[in-house]
Amino acid sequence: MPKTYAEINERIRTGKVVVVTAEEMIDIVEEEGVKKAAERVDVVTTGTFGPMCSTGAVLNIGHTTPRMKISKAWLNGVPAYGGLAAVDLYIGATEAREDDPLNTPHPGEFRYGGGHVIEGLIAGEDVRLTAQAYGTDCYPRKKLDTWINLKDLNQAYLCNPRNCYQNYGVAVNVNTERDIYTYMGVVKKDLGSASYCSAGQLSPLLNDPYYRTVGIGTRIFLAGTQGMVFWEGTQHCPTTPRGENGVPKGGAGTLAVVGDLKRMSDRFFRGVSFLGYGCSSAVGIGIPIPILDEDMARYTAVKDSEIFAPITDYSYNYGHNEGKPLGLVSYAELKTGSIKVKGRDIPTNPLSSYKKAQEIATLLKDWIASGNFTLQEPIQMLPQADSGLKFKSLRERPVNGGAM
Amino acid sequence: METRRVVLRFPKQLIDQPITSQLVKNFDLEFNIMRADITEESEGLLVLGLTGKRASLEKGLAWAREQGVHVQPLSKDVVRIERKCTHCGACINVCPTTALTIDLETREVGYNSNRCIACELCVPACPYGAMHIAF
Repeated sequence: MPKTYAEINERIRTGKVVVVTAEEMIDIVEEEGVKKAAERVDVVTTGTFGPMCSTGAVLNIGHTTPRMKISKAWLNGVPAYGGLAAVDLYIGATEAREDDPLNTPHPGEFRYGGGHVIEGLIAGEDVRLTAQAYGTDCYPRKKLDTWINLKDLNQAYLCNPRNCYQNYGVAVNVNTERDIYTYMGVVKKDLGSASYCSAGQLSPLLNDPYYRTVGIGTRIFLAGTQGMVFWEGTQHCPTTPRGENGVPKGGAGTLAVVGDLKRMSDRFFRGVSFLGYGCSSAVGIGIPIPILDEDMARYTAVKDSEIFAPITDYSYNYGHNEGKPLGLVSYAELKTGSIKVKGRDIPTNPLSSYKKAQEIATLLKDWIASGNFTLQEPIQMLPQADSGLKFKSLRERPVNGGAM
Repeated sequence: METRRVVLRFPKQLIDQPITSQLVKNFDLEFNIMRADITEESEGLLVLGLTGKRASLEKGLAWAREQGVHVQPLSKDVVRIERKCTHCGACINVCPTTALTIDLETREVGYNSNRCIACELCVPACPYGAMHIAF
């Protein structure tokens, strides 16, 4: 008998809800079968913690005296975007500090960037704001140099255009001459290592592969507080080929998420530095999946051996946007610490923290079980697998007859 | 016989002195060089595995200290800052001695300082800045 969101929320409010993590659901379905599990379990919690670019924060710093229409701004030396309004700023996670040597010499260390600024704000640290303006009659001030603190800002919210990628590729390096430095970490030469980045069976969108319950308005765990999905994420590609279980065989759906920075925890939001690549941030996300029917029970019982990711050469193919994957590999194989590529055993290393993913799924489970977190039915669904929406590469068009 | 892994730091004025060879000759010690470097401050840095009788080791290291060499156990020099580590695993493929490994059951990254040779490869490879060298 299918359940409704209202029925599940009523069970949450009355303390009768049965909520388990996606790991626990695997065992329940194995022991009791899909039908019984669907009847007994109301909510399955998921979690993921790993590097997620396309992350940033909107900050309203309050009006200065005299007033100022900020056009250029820096937070601890990291450029922030001031082209939104007078004193609204957007700080992006991948922005490097302006005096960073970047990749000269290679590989650069990128010790501090936008993700670190956001982490510092969440941790309650003072951040130095410097800003410039051209001056107007209504906003005469032209310079600003001050300390700001999260608690004094009017609004501060994480606003991430793309997080929570549904599955992802595995990075290898077929170049026999040199190690490469990527957003998947250091990938060793001559197929010396393979990097992967997903919580697999605990990952949110792998437990709802067709986005039946995750849509716009879905309430989620975001970096230690309650946030929500506000749109499909950039590069959302629901038409990626799928297995019989519905799980995409590579990057597919993404989520745009938002949440109150003032309520977040630096345990679940971290600035990161990738050697030779740049700065970014790691974000903790957990999503509750309501078990509306037997299909949702089946989807949430997905396990690592049933989730496959493409193995991609990052020494040439990825960067040049060509070539085919070297094969598919299951998360169960990846997690053994070694996979076979071209007949060779290659050590694997994760970038996504499974330990943190477990922590998030368990924390979300506790919130729901204690009545502090109810489910929000999506107010609009994400583009679905039959939407025809595909990930497009840029089609370049010659400008001025092709002259550069 | 026992082996100690030590970090020797030679101040500028000792760089041209045959301290290590005298340690071997006068105190009957064997050594295995794990790392050698001249730092930006023009100090010499030598990471050694020293093997010998316990009394010889202690006498030899005491003598090196008297000469002005700063002696420190290797395990005190490379540290993981626990609160920064997220147990992701980005470090494990750059570690040449399997001092950093991931537990396949708990999915926790373990750090065995006894296996560490202070090559420092993990320091920039950790996205979270959790590995720290205290030389």
